[in-house]
Amino acid sequence: MHDDRVAALEARGLSRTYQMGEVTLQALSGVDLTLYRGELLVMLGASGSGKSTLLNILGGLDTATGGEVCYVDRSGQRRSLTGASQRALTRFRRHHVGFVFQFYNLISSLTARENVAIVTEIARNPMTPESALAMVGLGERLDHFPSQLSGGEQQRVAIARAVAKQPDLLLCDEPTGALDFRTGIRVLEVLETINREIGTTVAIITHNEVIGEMADRVIRLRDGRVDEIHVNAIRRPARELRW
Amino acid sequence: MMTLDRKLTRDLWRLRGQALAIAVVIAGGVMTLILSVTTLEALSGARERFYASHHFAEVFADVKRAPLGVVPRLQEIEGVNLIEPRVQAAMRLSVAGFDDPVRGLAQSIPDGRQPMLNRLHLVAGGLPEPGRDDQAVVSDAFAEAHGLVPGDSLEAIIDGRRVRLRLAGIALSPEFLYQVAPTDLMPDYQRYAVLWMNQRTLANAFGMEGAFNRLTLTLQAGAQREAVIDALDLALARYGGTGAWTRDDQPSHRFLEEELNQQRIQATVLPTIFLAVSAFLLHVVMGRLIQTQREQVAVLKAFGYRDAELARHFGLLAGMIVLLGWALGVALGAWAASGMAGLYRDYFRFPEMPFRVPLWALALSLAVVALATLLGTCQAVWQAVSRPPAEAMRPPAPARFRRSWLERVLPPALLGHEGRIVLRHLARHPAKAGLSVAGIALSAGLLMMGAYQLDAVEAMIDQQYRQVLRMDMELTFAEATPARAAGELRHLPGVLAVETWRRVPVTLIHGHREERTSLLGMEPEPQLRQVLDGDGRPQRLPEAGLMLTRYLAESLDARVGDQLEVAIMEGQRRHVTLPLAALVDEPLGVGAYLTRERLNALMGEGPAISGAWLLVDSDRREALNAALWKMPGVAAIGRLDQAERGIRDYLDETILLFAAIFVAIATSIGFGVVYNNARITFAERARELATLQVLGYSRAEVSRILLGEIALLTLVAIPPGWAIGIVFSRLLNQAFSSDLFRIPLVLTPQAFGIAASGVLAASLLVALLVVRRIGRLDKLRVLKAVE
Repeated sequence: MHDDRVAALEARGLSRTYQMGEVTLQALSGVDLTLYRGELLVMLGASGSGKSTLLNILGGLDTATGGEVCYVDRSGQRRSLTGASQRALTRFRRHHVGFVFQFYNLISSLTARENVAIVTEIARNPMTPESALAMVGLGERLDHFPSQLSGGEQQRVAIARAVAKQPDLLLCDEPTGALDFRTGIRVLEVLETINREIGTTVAIITHNEVIGEMADRVIRLRDGRVDEIHVNAIRRPARELRW
Repeated sequence: MMTLDRKLTRDLWRLRGQALAIAVVIAGGVMTLILSVTTLEALSGARERFYASHHFAEVFADVKRAPLGVVPRLQEIEGVNLIEPRVQAAMRLSVAGFDDPVRGLAQSIPDGRQPMLNRLHLVAGGLPEPGRDDQAVVSDAFAEAHGLVPGDSLEAIIDGRRVRLRLAGIALSPEFLYQVAPTDLMPDYQRYAVLWMNQRTLANAFGMEGAFNRLTLTLQAGAQREAVIDALDLALARYGGTGAWTRDDQPSHRFLEEELNQQRIQATVLPTIFLAVSAFLLHVVMGRLIQTQREQVAVLKAFGYRDAELARHFGLLAGMIVLLGWALGVALGAWAASGMAGLYRDYFRFPEMPFRVPLWALALSLAVVALATLLGTCQAVWQAVSRPPAEAMRPPAPARFRRSWLERVLPPALLGHEGRIVLRHLARHPAKAGLSVAGIALSAGLLMMGAYQLDAVEAMIDQQYRQVLRMDMELTFAEATPARAAGELRHLPGVLAVETWRRVPVTLIHGHREERTSLLGMEPEPQLRQVLDGDGRPQRLPEAGLMLTRYLAESLDARVGDQLEVAIMEGQRRHVTLPLAALVDEPLGVGAYLTRERLNALMGEGPAISGAWLLVDSDRREALNAALWKMPGVAAIGRLDQAERGIRDYLDETILLFAAIFVAIATSIGFGVVYNNARITFAERARELATLQVLGYSRAEVSRILLGEIALLTLVAIPPGWAIGIVFSRLLNQAFSSDLFRIPLVLTPQAFGIAASGVLAASLLVALLVVRRIGRLDKLRVLKAVE
């Protein structure tokens, strides 16, 4: 780790248990992790390793049962998300975090443009929906409904929706999981561009080892713990990835 | 427009089927209130206006004959405001081209002038000219029934003489809003007429020169009504006064009041039940509708939408549906009410019926449905937003399914996979299933209540006209006549049997309660006019003492064995005390019965009769009419088949029409509930159904799961629906009993059948709609999308 890097999000000793039906599930136990400003981080892990849980807690979608998460804003002020009220978490998500989900979670009754607008309308300093969609290469399909778009296009709308508010953090849960190889690469290129051009901190969770090659750092999760942190000397451009 | 609002309008469009079904439920509840209240206000408003503008009298008194000279003295009674004497007399009429006998009631008005009290509202023509003996104004209902216009003429038998009368005008009177012949229950406009003639004409014809036999008066503000009546009774006793009475005992007012009371009950009980049911259903349905939007709530939350913003969004969604349903209910209610008011115009003759939907009813109905909907919505929204979004977006953990006890009982082959899925699903969500069952059961209950009204009225009329009143004709004599007149009647053409009766006006007194009615003296074991016990068996009249209609005894608070004071208002005006010997259950009217012999004895008279009942050979009716027309002693001739038709028409057009409207509303509510249940079940299960189809299940097999669930819920709901229907019917039965009629609590197999088949039919229709949807299910899309 390099000392000159500025932390954006810090997690210490995070744990999370779930009651799934009749089973108690330990999804996370004692995770320590820092996300640095402007980095592209890939979290790898098998299914059930706790990566989605970690992402959700980091993004304020879920709360930990133990440990602490702190968000460091641009002025350097630290704000604890642990024990924050629902209202505070909502504010955090509203102004600082963009999400991309594996199943896109677009609102089917809204067009591509409107799916982005629904977020820009409540953001402080958003891009226009048109420029966000242009960024992901969908400038021509503004008025299409989700049902008229392919899976890759839908995911790109979801990314446009997540970045349009110009968030500090872009959290992506298996963004290519439901896509074919070619479309997956296209989506990763978009994430790479956003990270590079806007300087957004991007965290991608995936079980696809290859994607790790495009990251600044790769974190491996196993059984709810950080198993390994690997720093890439060189980030491989997304377009060169093959799987 | 904000994007969230655009989503709202699109969602509303996407959910249009369900939104419309919910709107129908709301409209049903609102419509009942608007319909009942608007009709009620139209009737009572019209009455109040007419009473005020035409100076309807407040107190009435009949005497045999009193000189006009006493009027100034009566005017001095404390509390009396305006006082007006008049002459009134019953007469028989004959209209050219109409064979049946017509009864008339003639009233005097000051020569050539409007009276002070009970002023006439002239619809056509004018008042009789002063000094003309042959002119009369007739009631508009009668004129309408015969197509009479001013200038036409009528033949009348006045005190035994035939007189030709010319129609000067046609009028309405506040005294005869409801024009029903004495002893009749229902108006018969063809056979009963009210006439107004110059005072001098009537006085001369009936030997009333310088005298009067009916007094009408109004009271000063704050006057002691009882004191005035006592003073009048005292002053008029020597002129053959039969006791003054107030509007409460004035036939037209009393009838209208009864009708308004019915309306008031209907306007309270029915809308309360309907609104409560639709509020409950709305609550459930809106709640489940929002639950299906759980994932969208989570996504919006993940983007940073605040709970309040989401609550507003779904609140608006619910609000739009409420407004739609409410507006629909108001429009339908007002439309139906204007139709009802039109029908009432035939029975109650008002010059005008102002028709207005009361503001408070609009506000109340909107408040009730809005509250119910928002409550249901808020609960569901709260449930949706209170969970962390990550949890809400994740497919729910496989629910804890168990084998249901039914599975253990039934052989596996009988259930099959589909049956097991249905049973386990329902057992897994007992609360949800319970609410669905409750919704369907309530709809079935409403249907049953509607069906009950239809059946009960039919049973009531049947009992009255098949078992109680078994005569074909009722003759009323102008005055008490020796009983041997019956022999003469027996020899008239077409007469098969004759039974005589004596009727005397009385006031029954028990403790501090009083009822004005009449004593009917009959044969000890009357055949043509039976008295029935609670089980419908004919009873013999008690040897001594009175037999009363149960309703009358209850309003006197008298039990069998109690002593009743009887103030006779005729002849020697004796006061006697008689024991209450037995009760009789009659659906229509109220009465006090004893043997004629006993009544003659109480009156201190020989074997006298007031009239007779005839059984008639219908082929010789015309000859009989001709013969009766020649008997001036017969003041009135009533035909039972016409009376029955009259009451059937009346009930068909009022209560039964209402009931039919309510059945239609109940059916729509039932449909709305079942449809929403099915659509929501479909939305909740789309993923599972798609999976099964992908695994190779046929559309029919998959449909069976969904339909099985709908069918099972509906079947389970039917027995509680019946129970609810019985409770609702009881409520209605208790509310609807008046001295006009008491609807019996008869629950026929048909009522149970209508309740069951109503919800089954709704389910079947819904099933067809849903199966079409299964066919259109895009398997792969559903499987890809998160729940």
